[in-house]
Order: sequence, then structure tokens, then C-alpha cells
Amino acid sequence: MDEAFIRIEKVTKRFGGVTAVDAADIAIGRGEFFSLLGPSGCGKTTLLRMIAGFDFPSEGAIYVDGNDITDLPPHKRPSNMVFQSYAIFPHLNVFDNIAYGLRKARLPRAELDRRVEEALAMIKLSGFGKRRGDQLSGGQRQRVALARALVNRPKVLLLDEPLGALDKRLRESMQIELRQLQKSVGITFVFVTHDQEEALSMSDRVAVMSAGKVLQIAEPRTLYEAPNCREVADFIGTMNFFDAIVTSRDGDIAVLDAGPLGIVRAPASQPAGAAVLIAIRPEKIVLSSDAVSGGVRGIITASAYLGERSHIHVMVDGVTEPVSVAAQNRHRDGAQHNGGEVVYLSWTPEAMVILPRA
Amino acid sequence: MRARGRADGVGLFVYAIFYLAFLYVPVLFLPLFSFNNSTFISFPLSGFTTQWYVQMWADDEVQHALANSLKVGAAAALVSTMLGLPAAKALTRYRVPGGTVMLGFVNLPLFIPEIVLGISLLILLNTAAIPLSLITVVIGHVTVCVPFAITVLMSRMEGFDRSLEEASLDLGETGWMTFWRVTFPLVLPGIVSALLLTFMVSFDDFLIAYFLAGTQVTLPIYIWGQLRFPYKLPTVLALGALILLVSCILVIAAEWIRSLGVRGRRPVVGA
Repeated sequence: MDEAFIRIEKVTKRFGGVTAVDAADIAIGRGEFFSLLGPSGCGKTTLLRMIAGFDFPSEGAIYVDGNDITDLPPHKRPSNMVFQSYAIFPHLNVFDNIAYGLRKARLPRAELDRRVEEALAMIKLSGFGKRRGDQLSGGQRQRVALARALVNRPKVLLLDEPLGALDKRLRESMQIELRQLQKSVGITFVFVTHDQEEALSMSDRVAVMSAGKVLQIAEPRTLYEAPNCREVADFIGTMNFFDAIVTSRDGDIAVLDAGPLGIVRAPASQPAGAAVLIAIRPEKIVLSSDAVSGGVRGIITASAYLGERSHIHVMVDGVTEPVSVAAQNRHRDGAQHNGGEVVYLSWTPEAMVILPRA
Repeated sequence: MRARGRADGVGLFVYAIFYLAFLYVPVLFLPLFSFNNSTFISFPLSGFTTQWYVQMWADDEVQHALANSLKVGAAAALVSTMLGLPAAKALTRYRVPGGTVMLGFVNLPLFIPEIVLGISLLILLNTAAIPLSLITVVIGHVTVCVPFAITVLMSRMEGFDRSLEEASLDLGETGWMTFWRVTFPLVLPGIVSALLLTFMVSFDDFLIAYFLAGTQVTLPIYIWGQLRFPYKLPTVLALGALILLVSCILVIAAEWIRSLGVRGRRPVVGA
């Protein structure tokens, strides 16, 4: 990713008095599977629609492959879109739906037929050309929408929550298929979703958005293991937070006064005196019934058995929220965790993420 | 509880029967007496005949008035539907500044008494020195037909996913071609329905035509004229019965066509 294929520069979109997208800066590489992730109303769909040309930025500019497309109408853009509702034309059959863009491009008949047949084969719907849109299942409609966009060989494919309407099992198999398809066609995908697991499992990189702002752009692993703020840490997976103050520094290591957790040392960049949050993932916490040195004493308030793991809530004196612990059930006769039981929590210094406290 | 619910159901049923009877029994007298073998409109019926229909059909004046009404109706329907289509698209698809207010003004002719509308149009045409003719009747009818056309077309436009038009733009079509390749075919049932409905509104109108027709005669004006002659009443009844029948067929057809295509168009969700 030496040069950015799609550049979104300081893009702001206001609807009346509402700022839907606030100074978004994103660079997407050629052939990248890039996701826009965030809760509904965070501006991710508005951003996608500005790349597609259905909405226009109030400020800022968008470049694709070096060309400024900020003010181009949708039909002049090198992108195609898969809509959330799929938008299969109900008055046309599958063949004519897929051929829609090619007809506009006035392709020779033989070439058009060949490309549509290829597209039908790609989505494993050969022989479905004569079917009407309303005779297709949800999964089939999704594939047709995908083929209708890809058959035009766009530089960028935009996908607006394309798996949202499918049931869980189908969604999971489509996630894998979509990812394989993207790798084989090599087209840059910009994928909008509110489902964090979907974003993590499919994307090369993810931009997390909230209230119109881009909070963090990173690879899935980085987003999960090294979130840059409380909102990202909270939105992706489960996270425990503890208030702390940096008391002194020792090279790259900060010494923190974490109140009920005692004095802890962790890699961090904040200066002495800074108010910070210690963030720890539930699965990074080790739970034991015997006292361990440096362990934090707590009492189990609730536990849920989920098969491969158990979720346990532990109340620690001086901490308002119960601490979430995820314990792998490695042994068939593994320890039972009962409410009221006294336990000790411990973790490695690397398990802690030190975040600024707003 | 159960018995009580059933009693309520019976009450509602009786109410519904009375309601329907109130609406339709007077109307049904029209076809009933149009087949009665007597010039007097009274019970008991004296015998079955189709002579009034034969007599009506043989009347040149009826045929002339009918032709005028058909011409005016067709013209008013075409013009008002063509005017309504872009308005409905704008009001459903774009954020038109003051759109709600505009829609209110467009719908206003529905609430202005037709007699007021007729007189004001007459004054306007007189002031502009435009001679009264069937064309002026068409102009008058268009003002009351446009709101009907817009209402029918708007409900149709709102009924389909707006991302269908966006998909067409996204696939490289211009706005104009998107209208012809996507919007028009999907709105077509609404267009046919609007044509039928506006035709009916024009065809049935008496008051506006009465003011604006000048020396021309449309079917309702002809019927009004015939009511002065008691012996002509049965043929008028026959004519009325026929108009009733055709109106019913057209309105049912309009509704059927409008609902057509809405069915089965809902996106299928799931596998």
C-alpha cells in the first residue's frame, strides 16, 4: 500500500444542522478489503454514499486512482455498489439485471452474453438467467446484486451492509465467499457494516466510526489488541476499564497508581501525572481460587456457561463495574464457578492497554 | 367475554349492512327503473323492457354528448397525468423546498367548491377573452384532476425502493435514462390507474363543464337538460345506469392495476 487508491480528505457532510460525517481522513490501498464499522447513525453509510456519488461532501474531497471525483454524478464514477436492499430491478429477469450496466456501455451482443454468463457462473447461478427478481431467495438476490456490480469491472466495489438481511448461517458462508471473491477479482472493496465480528473476520483494515468521526483505522488485530481510545475498545469486543494515574516513568514503562488494583507497571507513553484508563480484555485475565502474588481479590457475582468458555463477573472492592472474565473450559471436569466464591485475578503487564481518560 | 364479543360482532355486522344499503340502494334504483316498462318512476314495476336503452342509443344528441365527454375526459386525463408525473416524482424523491406547502396548494382544488371554481374560471376566461369551448372544459377539468393524478402516482412512487433508481445511476445510466428504464416501468400501473381515475373525474363532472362548455354539451349537461321533459326520464335512467356500470368497471380496473405489481415485489428476506 505505497500509494493510496482511494483518498478521502477532510470530508465533512452536514444535513441541515446535523453533521453526519466530521472531517473524515481515510486512505485506502489498491485491492484492499476495507471496512467502515460503527453503530447505526455513525455516518458510515453517508460516507459510502459520498464515494458512490449519491451524496456530496459539504467540505473536503474524494480521489479515486488519482482523479478527483468529489462532484462527479454517480454514473460517471469508477465504482459500483451493492445495496443493503440489493435493489434488484423487479421488472427485469436475472440476466437483464446483470446486463443493465453493460447495455448502457453498448457492448456487442456476443460479448455481453459472454460476460453475463461468466458473472452467473461466478455466483453459481448459471441457468437462473430467466428467473425474475422476485423468484429468488435472499441469498440469491445478494449474489445477483454482487454480479450486477462486478460485471462492469469497477475499480471500486461499495457494499452497504450486504449481509444484514441474511440469516446467521448463510451470512457466515457468504462472508467467506465474499472474501475469496475479493481476493480472486482483486478489486478494492469498501464494506459498510455494524457487525464487528464481520468486519474483523473479512477486512484487511477497518475504520471505526462514531458520531461522524473516524476514531481509528487499523488492521483487525490492532483494533482488538491495541485500541486507541475507550470508544473503540468498548465497541470491539468486551473490555474492562480501570481508572489510574501515572505516578512516574521508567523508560518505556509507566508506573501507575490504579487504586484498588494497587501499583502496576505497564508499557505506556503518557507522562507522569496523566489520568489514564487501564483496559484489559476478559480472556487475558487469569482466574484462580488460590491467592497469587500480585493478584486482585474479588468475589464472583455471576457466571454463564457457554460451552467452550464461561463468562464470569467478579466484584472487586473499590471498582464500581464488575470485572468480566472469560475462562476457557479446557478440561471436561473443569472448575465450577459459583456465585459468592472468593477468587484472585491476575494478568501480565502486556495484557494492559493504557488509554487516555477523556 | 366470549358471548359478549359475539354480540358486538353481530351489531357491527348489522351496522355494516345498513351502511352499505344506505350507500347503494338509491343507486340501484337507477338500473332497476331503467328496465321498467313505464314512464312513471313508481312501484309496483309494470314489466321488463329494454326499449329505453334502444331509444337512448338511437338518439343523435346522446351520441354527440357522449363523444364530447369522451374527448374531454381523454384530454383531461392525459394532460393531468402528464403534469402529475414529474410533480409526484419531485415530491417523493427530492427534498423540495416548501414541498408540503406546494402539495397543499395543488390539492386545494379538491376542497374548493366546484361551483366557486367554475365561476372563477369563467370570469378568468371572460377577462382573457378566451371563447368557451370543449378546450376550456378540459382546462377546468385538469385543475381538479391533477390532485387525483398526483395522489395516485405518489402512492405508487413511495411503494418502490428508491435505491432501485440509485442502482441504475450507479450502473452508469443518466437521470433521464434511469427514468425510462426503471422509474417509468415501475410506475406504469400507477400511470394507467391515474389515467382511468382522472378520466372518470372529468367524465362525471357537471358543474365545471356547465360553466365552461359554452354552447357545447357533455353527457352530464345533456342529462341535466333532459330532466325537464318527464317522458324522457326513462331514457335518462338507462343512460345513467350505463354510466354507472362503466364507472364501476373503470374504478375497479384502476384499483386492480394499481395493486398489480405491488404484490410480489416485496424483497424476499432469508435463504
